[in-house]
Amino acid sequence: MKAFAYARAAALADAQSVREGARIIAGGTNLLDLMKLEVETPDQLMDINHLPLSGIDAHGEGLAIGALVTNSDCAADLRVRHDYPLLAQAILAGASPQLRNKATTGGNLCQRTRCTYFTDTTQRCNKRAPGSGCGAQGGYTRLHAILGASDACIATYPGDMAVALAALDAQIVVEGVAGERMVAARDFHRLPADHPEQDNVLQPGDVITGVRLPAPAGGRHIYRKIRDRSSYAFALVSVAAIVTMANGRMDRVRIAFGGLAHKPWHDPEVEAALVGQVPDPALFDRAADILLRDAQGQGSNDFKIPLVRRALIATLIEATSNAPTGA
Amino acid sequence: MFGMYNKPDTDNFLDTTAQGLIGAPLDRPEGKLKVTGTACYAAEYVLPDCVEGAFVLAPISAGTVKWIDRASIAGMPGVLGVFADDAMLRRAAQGTAGKAPAQGVQTVDYFGQPVALVVAETFEQAVAAANALQIEYAATDPVQLDFDPEAETTPVVDAREDSAVDQGDLDQAMRDAIHSVDVTYRTEAHAAAAMEPHAAMAEWNDDHLTLRGSYQMIGHNVAELADSLGISEKNVRILAPYVGGGFGSKLGISYEAVAAAIAARELARPVRVVLSRQQVFRAVMRRSETRQHIRLAADAEGRLTGIGHEALTSNLPDEDFAEPVTQATDFLYRGEHRRLAVKRAKIARTPAGSVRAPGEAVGMQALEAAMDELAERVGLDPVELRLRNIPERHPSSGTPYSSRMLAQALEEGARSFGWDRRKPQPCARREGDWWIGMGMASAARVNMMMPAKARVTLTPQGGLVVESDQTDIGTGSYAILGQIAGETLGIPIDHVSVRLGDSALPTGAGSGGSFGAISTGSAVLSASRAIRKTLASRLGCRTDELVLRDGHAAGGNRSASIADLVGEEALVETGRIKPGKTAMQYTQASYGAFFAEVAVNVWTGETRVRRMTGAFGFGRVLNAKTARSQCLGGMVWCIGSALTEELAFDRRDGHLANPDLAEYHVPVHRDVPDLDVILLEERDPAASPLQAKGVGELGICGGAGAICNAIYNACGVRVRSFPMTLDKIIEHLPDPLAN
Repeated sequence: MKAFAYARAAALADAQSVREGARIIAGGTNLLDLMKLEVETPDQLMDINHLPLSGIDAHGEGLAIGALVTNSDCAADLRVRHDYPLLAQAILAGASPQLRNKATTGGNLCQRTRCTYFTDTTQRCNKRAPGSGCGAQGGYTRLHAILGASDACIATYPGDMAVALAALDAQIVVEGVAGERMVAARDFHRLPADHPEQDNVLQPGDVITGVRLPAPAGGRHIYRKIRDRSSYAFALVSVAAIVTMANGRMDRVRIAFGGLAHKPWHDPEVEAALVGQVPDPALFDRAADILLRDAQGQGSNDFKIPLVRRALIATLIEATSNAPTGA
Repeated sequence: MFGMYNKPDTDNFLDTTAQGLIGAPLDRPEGKLKVTGTACYAAEYVLPDCVEGAFVLAPISAGTVKWIDRASIAGMPGVLGVFADDAMLRRAAQGTAGKAPAQGVQTVDYFGQPVALVVAETFEQAVAAANALQIEYAATDPVQLDFDPEAETTPVVDAREDSAVDQGDLDQAMRDAIHSVDVTYRTEAHAAAAMEPHAAMAEWNDDHLTLRGSYQMIGHNVAELADSLGISEKNVRILAPYVGGGFGSKLGISYEAVAAAIAARELARPVRVVLSRQQVFRAVMRRSETRQHIRLAADAEGRLTGIGHEALTSNLPDEDFAEPVTQATDFLYRGEHRRLAVKRAKIARTPAGSVRAPGEAVGMQALEAAMDELAERVGLDPVELRLRNIPERHPSSGTPYSSRMLAQALEEGARSFGWDRRKPQPCARREGDWWIGMGMASAARVNMMMPAKARVTLTPQGGLVVESDQTDIGTGSYAILGQIAGETLGIPIDHVSVRLGDSALPTGAGSGGSFGAISTGSAVLSASRAIRKTLASRLGCRTDELVLRDGHAAGGNRSASIADLVGEEALVETGRIKPGKTAMQYTQASYGAFFAEVAVNVWTGETRVRRMTGAFGFGRVLNAKTARSQCLGGMVWCIGSALTEELAFDRRDGHLANPDLAEYHVPVHRDVPDLDVILLEERDPAASPLQAKGVGELGICGGAGAICNAIYNACGVRVRSFPMTLDKIIEHLPDPLAN
């Protein structure tokens, strides 16, 4: 770990004005790991934990979650559990209780999209060292992308919470140099294209202050995370689904996916193929065809293509049937 | 007493004593220290003026270090030196080596090999400087390197030729068989992944080195460290009173000890070196991957006529160690036509060595999965198939077995588990989105005794002190050695203290191969019985009529307090044991059986172990709690070996792509269901004077096969490649909607 200076933000402006080479730290659950590996080498940490951003409050018909609300607190909040169970499920599917106690809502969104070639400084990585090449391609790619990858990067966004936020169509509140703006959760993270070093759309001077959830829409909420062990592992594939039924047909469908791409994956055409239809496994299979129309395996992750297809079908069967299933 | 163990001890002395400690599920005496964080592990000592070392690992798989640019870090704060000494290790010693392993870090043999140690005033400074140090390498032409042990261009040599078997005509037996199985199973490389990372603190006083380290076999480690440094063993003392897990990875002296000693001598200050988690994964001995060709020939009733187990393992070109994959196949089942062989592929990958139950851990799971395939072909219950194939004598050497509880374990385990509820055909039980299946496997692990010494002191106050350099790597050595002495001498356990892990103490067996308890325990028994003899004589009775209990002695119509019998001068005896004729005259092993119930998701192939039962017979149980814990831990390893654990090496450059506990998936709490352990009552007089056998490794020997068999029973998918991750299952699953 390189030596760094530490400063505590007394006001949001302190965080917004951090110098180049500095990093904002909240829970630090990802940043400190990367600093120990010297993947991140900030010369200053700006600690924002004392800013008043830890509340969960009603906002219109929806909910405003402060950037410093911990994952544990968010998942335990009664309103979240009652009105947005998808979000609670997704948070609780991630990391471990110890990490969730430290990790924050804003920090979780800013965790790096990454892979083990990114965290290994002996390996080439365009995300860590732009222009150095991608070591992962042709290597060990079990967790890597099948959608939206580029020649420069095939890493996947590893988080769970943001997948639920994409399905919920949440808004990220960003305080920038030009004032506050809202960024749709679905647009917050980027695809790698030629600039995999940019995980998300934040610009210098931007600080996430919170997340806004829209009015509760009811329906069946399911976060289905499939992973190599049953806890403390990134998703091979995850499906976040909200389905509302009316007269035997799917009335409102929101689906986002984790583990497939550099960002939480949301495909409106998948939803469009389902809305207004009578639930049917063959239909779900066709929705998967749409989802996977451009899917490309990397070798050791080819299995993700049938896996996400089957996960989608299973999730939609569960979401559209009355009788829950489970082991 | 004892010395060479040449004759089975059928006296069952420990069944005649009165204190009631043997077998009792006592807590570990050091348990409170460990759970409160006050037990001092290797890196946790506070030494004045101690400075910190950090390793630099090679980013190439083969070649040489051309130049270390020491100036590149000269200006960095706190830096005290860069060490790349000829004496530094480029791999750790294999277990029981007793001499220095390959030295000289100018040569690079594998990706992740330590090539230099940077020492600085603080840990952070050392790590930063190690990362910044510029080193120029001359890499060997990569096309000459083959990282795939199975590639045709990889050099392969015969290994373990002493234990190879070619008996009868297996090929003919396969042709003549009414039922046969001819299959190849694969296992991937495993990490020991001990909780405590490898660490050492070196401190010199004149010519004397004190090394606080995390090692399993201190007697050998002293010799290895002295040889590495070119100094006398008399000038080396190793302290390892607490070891946070070893699993074989701390058998031999390792990089950190030698580098810390060299740097401390040069700097004339104590030096601490702790490997990072990633460095542990990259540089510490791994378990080899294996490819196992198994052939089983059987008659119409399922009796084996032939058995073939031919394995490919890997290691560095000049490392002789080869995972002894066929070790239990040698003696477990009948079949006159036999072929057992191990080959070793020479590849440039992190060195391979002993990891918990080398051989049986991966050999048994493959053999037991193949046996399940045979049971199906014969149309026989898998338990019955095993019962029919228990041989009367060793199928090759003809030697008798010592006590063997395989049949009892199979029957008792099956009864307790509810094996009779298993449906023999796959896909017969579905609960919601999950296929449910049951599988079983035998367990077997060779039993070994090693030379050991221990000293027992009975104090004038009637207290006991047990001393040995024996280590406790989390297994319960402190508990059981105290119990053996207290039992033999009738001293309550709270008057017994045990000192371990100091090379200045009599040399125990060390921890490895499940031999620590029976070997060092036998030495403690020997010393204690010698004291007992003195007490009998002082009381004035025959030794066999002496009853010692709660600090009182009685016998021959006399009684006295033990303290009074001791008098003013403590009674001190050193006990010794060495393996003798019983090791050759009897086929000795611990046995058991695993039963597993799994759920396989009908859509995704995710597999969850729902419950697991293990029934084990390893001779006398010395402490029912620590023995059970060993079995539980072993069964957790079975789940990891079955479902998740795999060192993922990049085949292009040989680097390890999952070098931490986030990506190398050991089972976590949610992966481990209720585990039921049954300890069978047994005495094995040929194994040790304790009538006890090894415990620590048995629980990992075969259970992954039970899980493999349960997956097949659940969903009809036979996975012949461990770990059985969902990608190996998903494409073969039956249609979830066809019901």
